[in-house]
Amino acid sequence: MEQVRLSIDGVDVVTTSDRTILEAAREAGIRIPSLCYDRRMEPYGACRICIVEVEGARGLLPSCATRVTDGMVVRTNTEELRRIRRTIIELLLSDHPKDCMTCESAGNCELQDLAYEYGVKDTRFAGEQHHYEVLADNPLIERDYDKCVLCGRCIRICREVQGVGVYDFVNRGFEAVPGTPYNRPLTETPCEFCGQCVSTCPTGAIISIPSKGKGRPWQVKKVRTTCPYCGCGCQIDLHVRDGEIVEVSSPVMVGPGQGNLCVKGRYGYAFVHHPERLTTPLLRKDGELVPVTWEEALGAIANRIHKVLDEKGPDGMAFLSSARCTNEENYLLQKLARAVVGTNNVDHCARL
Amino acid sequence: MNGNGRTKLVLGYGTCGIAAGAAAVKEALERELSAGKYDLELDIAGCMGFCFREPIVEVHYPEGRSVVYGDLTPKKVPQLLEAVSAGEVLEDWVVRRSDDPTAGEGDFLANQHRIVLRNCGNINPESIDEYIAVGGYEAARKALTTMTPEQIIDEVSRSGLRGRGGAGFPTGTKWGFARKAKGDQKYLVCNADEGDPGAFMDRSVLEGDPHAVIEGMIIAGYAIGASQGYIYCRAEYPLALKRLEKAIAACRERGFLGERIFGTDWNFDIKIKKGAGAFVCGEETALIASIEGKRGMPRPRPPFPANEGLWGKPTNINNVETLAAVPWIIANGGDKYAELGTEKSKGTKVFCLAGKVRRSGLAEVPMGYTLRQVIFDVGGGVREGKEFKAVQLGGPSGGCLPASLLDTPVDYEAITATGAIMGSGGMIVADSSTCMVDLARYFLSFTQAESCGKCVPCRLGTKRMLEILTRICEGKGEPEDLERLEILAADIKAASLCALGGTAPNPVLTTLRYFRNEYEDHIFNHKCTAGVCPALITVRINREICTGCGACAKICPVGAISGEKKEPHFIDPEVCIRCKLCLSRCPEEAIYAE
Repeated sequence: MEQVRLSIDGVDVVTTSDRTILEAAREAGIRIPSLCYDRRMEPYGACRICIVEVEGARGLLPSCATRVTDGMVVRTNTEELRRIRRTIIELLLSDHPKDCMTCESAGNCELQDLAYEYGVKDTRFAGEQHHYEVLADNPLIERDYDKCVLCGRCIRICREVQGVGVYDFVNRGFEAVPGTPYNRPLTETPCEFCGQCVSTCPTGAIISIPSKGKGRPWQVKKVRTTCPYCGCGCQIDLHVRDGEIVEVSSPVMVGPGQGNLCVKGRYGYAFVHHPERLTTPLLRKDGELVPVTWEEALGAIANRIHKVLDEKGPDGMAFLSSARCTNEENYLLQKLARAVVGTNNVDHCARL
Repeated sequence: MNGNGRTKLVLGYGTCGIAAGAAAVKEALERELSAGKYDLELDIAGCMGFCFREPIVEVHYPEGRSVVYGDLTPKKVPQLLEAVSAGEVLEDWVVRRSDDPTAGEGDFLANQHRIVLRNCGNINPESIDEYIAVGGYEAARKALTTMTPEQIIDEVSRSGLRGRGGAGFPTGTKWGFARKAKGDQKYLVCNADEGDPGAFMDRSVLEGDPHAVIEGMIIAGYAIGASQGYIYCRAEYPLALKRLEKAIAACRERGFLGERIFGTDWNFDIKIKKGAGAFVCGEETALIASIEGKRGMPRPRPPFPANEGLWGKPTNINNVETLAAVPWIIANGGDKYAELGTEKSKGTKVFCLAGKVRRSGLAEVPMGYTLRQVIFDVGGGVREGKEFKAVQLGGPSGGCLPASLLDTPVDYEAITATGAIMGSGGMIVADSSTCMVDLARYFLSFTQAESCGKCVPCRLGTKRMLEILTRICEGKGEPEDLERLEILAADIKAASLCALGGTAPNPVLTTLRYFRNEYEDHIFNHKCTAGVCPALITVRINREICTGCGACAKICPVGAISGEKKEPHFIDPEVCIRCKLCLSRCPEEAIYAE
């Protein structure tokens, strides 16, 4: 990897040779618009929104897929580029429903943002539009390909990041559309319902059913926390509206998950507000589980530990930890077992 | 081609011949000859180029002269055999006589210069011995046993050969890149995914002379350091595939393919990959994806295949015609090849003449010939003596040129300057009965259907252009449509991911440039001057000429024509569907469309 120096819109940028023009520009604070780009995946070069002018190059280049070279002179926002981007946006809108009012992704839609930035209200190229059936063949993920811009992000994240590969394009040209094998419902494919496709879809073509109609992006408060499900420690944002979690997302390239979540992290939050959820400890008294305070519960545990130690010694005890605890919590539990109680009888559910 | 003192009949047995009925003619010939009455030999060959006269038979007499007969049918076979046995020539059937270049269509071949097509129609493509008998595999032997890879690349560079698939990139330079690329394994791919409507030169070469392509691949593989070759050939070419498979098997038997070929330390073998008929798979990165078993879609370049190609390894991709020229160049020297052609476009180019040209078929001419020479001197001009209107060069990615540009030389740069492209060499001739808007619409309907759908400008842009062209042809064009077409064309060209999209607007741009008045006639005057677009024409009967024979009324599928016998007839425009069947049926040519 070498250091390279290039000029982007007249700004002198120093970066490394492994960077693409788009990455180098964004690092330097120059925003190049894009649509099919998601830094979690390999560059694809399909939407052509991020095209730039490079001096000496034959034709315009997709900045997402072009590596920087030393001495490169790049222009990202010329009159011609803006005109072409506008045409592309108009073409996309010519086959896109104008239902932003009720679209689940309004306010969180990259196509809407592009149309807003380029002031595209209507299209000069009206023509045939697709009218696909909305696919809600499972409880979690809804697909409405009328809104698909064919960026391939769902296909690529499923294959490249999840290693599952549920989707690919079917048909050609104007009829091309993402699909599952033989258009089977997601429940009949190897889909794990991680919702990674939802997370990367730039429009409202793939959405989470449990979040439908529960709140606009500006109506929710995002609370950053650590996913409680396993020890990976993925960072998640709880989207909270009126004290209720309405959606879970993960900030891209943050924390150990880098913005990727599994089905539990993304969709396993219904227990939080479940009426049967335990909110106090229960202690068995005369064969019945009875709500008690934390003080009483912990006291009962301590008493039992003392009793076992007196009767059977430290090896009369065993400690079983949980994969839902963090590494730190698991560490503390084995410390308690070994250093306080004095036994090596420590195990963990993930080993079973 | 016969040294045993017997007269030999060689039947053109390429796909063009078979489509015209050569299989039935072959059966008839075999049946007649098996009776033992005639002392004649029968053999087959690929396409000679006379597609317009198929089925054809070339009669080779022992003394060296030959006569080509055309338009054969099983019924004509006995008469043919009688005449040949008697040493007579059936003048009326003659396509070409070796002893009289003016006879028949002799000037079709006389005006050509055949390097790539050197063996097509002359040898049996299913016989490796016949290929060897005309010097086949000597170039490969020479290259592998007496030349270094660098010397070979140098020779090809000196020849000036440029990629015949369409882009015209210098072949020697391309090989040089692949040679220099670092990698433990390299690949050579022959692109035989010929997909342009009206282009069939690659198919004809594969069917007529498969060994020339294989020999070219052996030389190229050695030059760039690739031990494995692939031929990516579309499955719609079953005969080409069969002959390739046969040729590869024969080469393995002779030690021309496999391990330690030609007694050297070099290994080289070829696999065939059948394409599933996607036009976009002719684009090199889509072709690579298809060989790898993925959906055939292009990816951005760089990285170029020379560095990261098939399975991520350095890969060199050449077209069939390019590879077929290589053995000739090695055998005769690059300088000899470079003697032909123009300053920047050397050698020869094979063209497929199609459309309204009189002699539709295959023609190989030196670069620098003008379009007029190709279409008129070789192709014999326009059919039925009609007026030349335009020629579509380079298929759906190419452009449509008017009569005023007929003196443009066949040269990459000169053709590009007109707005067309050389492409793979399709030449579709249009006469006055062709509507240029309709022609552009046809080509765009092809590219639009063949777009892979990956990038937005091509997927949606070509669709919208096609919709606009369709409505112009239907008489519903709006004044703003010309500007819309121009905007879309420019932006699709500039922003598409691959050359399919990058060239798709060319037919529209060139027809707008050279035949704008026809677009304007459609939109503003609701007229299709060529009388093609059904919504804009009325079919009428000239009452002065009509004899009232009733032929038109009989053929009309909707009963729109009426009239008393022997009295002038009348077409009800409300009922008429403008199919124009009556036009071709009228013996007096009294019916016209306007």
